[in-house]
Amino acid sequence: MAGFDKVVSSYEEAMAGLEDNMTVIAGGFGLCGIPENLIREIQRKGTKGLTLVSNNCGVDDFGLGILLPDRQIKKIIASYVGENAEFERQMMSGELEVELTPQGTLAEKMRAGGAGIPAFFTATGYGTPVAEGKEEREFDGRHYILEPAIKGDFAIVKAWKADRYGNLVFRKTARNFNPMAATAGKITVVEVEEIVEPGELDPDHIHTPGIYVNRLILGTFEKRIEQRTVRSDSE
Amino acid sequence: MALTREQLAQRVAQELQDGYYVNLGIGIPTLVANYIPEGIEVMLQSENGLLGMGQFPTEAEIDADLINAGKQTVTMAKGASIFDSAESFAMIRGGHVDLTVLGAFEVDVNGNIASYMIPGKLIKGMGGAMDLVAGADNIIVTMTHASKHGVSKLLSNCTLPLTGKGCIKRVLTDLAFIEIKNGKFYLLERAPGVSVAEIISLTEGELVVEGDVPEMQL
Repeated sequence: MAGFDKVVSSYEEAMAGLEDNMTVIAGGFGLCGIPENLIREIQRKGTKGLTLVSNNCGVDDFGLGILLPDRQIKKIIASYVGENAEFERQMMSGELEVELTPQGTLAEKMRAGGAGIPAFFTATGYGTPVAEGKEEREFDGRHYILEPAIKGDFAIVKAWKADRYGNLVFRKTARNFNPMAATAGKITVVEVEEIVEPGELDPDHIHTPGIYVNRLILGTFEKRIEQRTVRSDSE
Repeated sequence: MALTREQLAQRVAQELQDGYYVNLGIGIPTLVANYIPEGIEVMLQSENGLLGMGQFPTEAEIDADLINAGKQTVTMAKGASIFDSAESFAMIRGGHVDLTVLGAFEVDVNGNIASYMIPGKLIKGMGGAMDLVAGADNIIVTMTHASKHGVSKLLSNCTLPLTGKGCIKRVLTDLAFIEIKNGKFYLLERAPGVSVAEIISLTEGELVVEGDVPEMQL
């Protein structure tokens, strides 16, 4: 690496410095747009006691779910979980701490974390279990709760295309939480399907500027589909 | 007769207006997309980051990078746009979505809704539901009026942990279309062939019945 060139050549290098008990923010929605190879590298490293921040926790043998069997995740902050049996078992037995967070609040916590905003008020969750222990405030007659931002020691991100400087372009709904995650990591690692030279991406079309990106790696992806739903060709 | 899932969707679809941006929850709300009235245009918002959701893809069109909030493969309609999750919930929280349709376990006379958590059972999470009910002004809740055992789900006070407080104004059940205001349920319409007496008997919260209650036109 030199100058603004963020490209690394191995997954080992991409996740170097990840240690036990760190917080990792992951992009993705369900299995869509997840950094699948970076997750596999965490599994391979065997890092333990992690706090994961991600909308979901994968399935039994794909995505963040693969970090469950060896108890690598201590706590997960997510909006919707339980699409895998091992997750359910660890949650019910209390081995895995789960902090359920409304989806929009989760996205905003990441955005705020990356944008230097320590906390924000939202009406989401007022009067619900999510509000327990949180400061409440009234603005113009409506009730809001104070939600703290989230930052990660690492953020792991999947984008479609990047230039070597780490300018990112996402594809379709694989964008989801990835742009916010990218801003909120002390070290942000991005894996992509294609890397081009600086100048080849139209600056007007860049979704995430390279300033947020520390390491970039070219990967190959399975892109598993969770709910394959089709209509017949005749319709 | 109690409404079928398809009939619930049909009745909700009558509330759609030309030019509406609409978020449909998982389950019955999703079916509403099949009954969009002729001659009007609506755009469906999927909170994972798609405005202008199209129909399900053919085998040839399947794209792992294009799913809806239920994680199903979808397509994009003409004029669709893609955005990240923070932007998606800015739309929702900021009150830009014209109509939100979602399911529930319970609602009560104060407009409270419980839809994501049954203590002691597996808790999967609220997903985007708490943001949707907090952000939208125009919400229709679709649900069954009572359990299989005849226990009302339209209550004076929700018994389950809340998804949102004081945010529901309209509920469509398999028996009735109900408005919530002034701390009471108001019976607007009844399902074809369902009597007012039956609706009263299956509504635990205070229900106001004014005059002749019309049957739904499906």
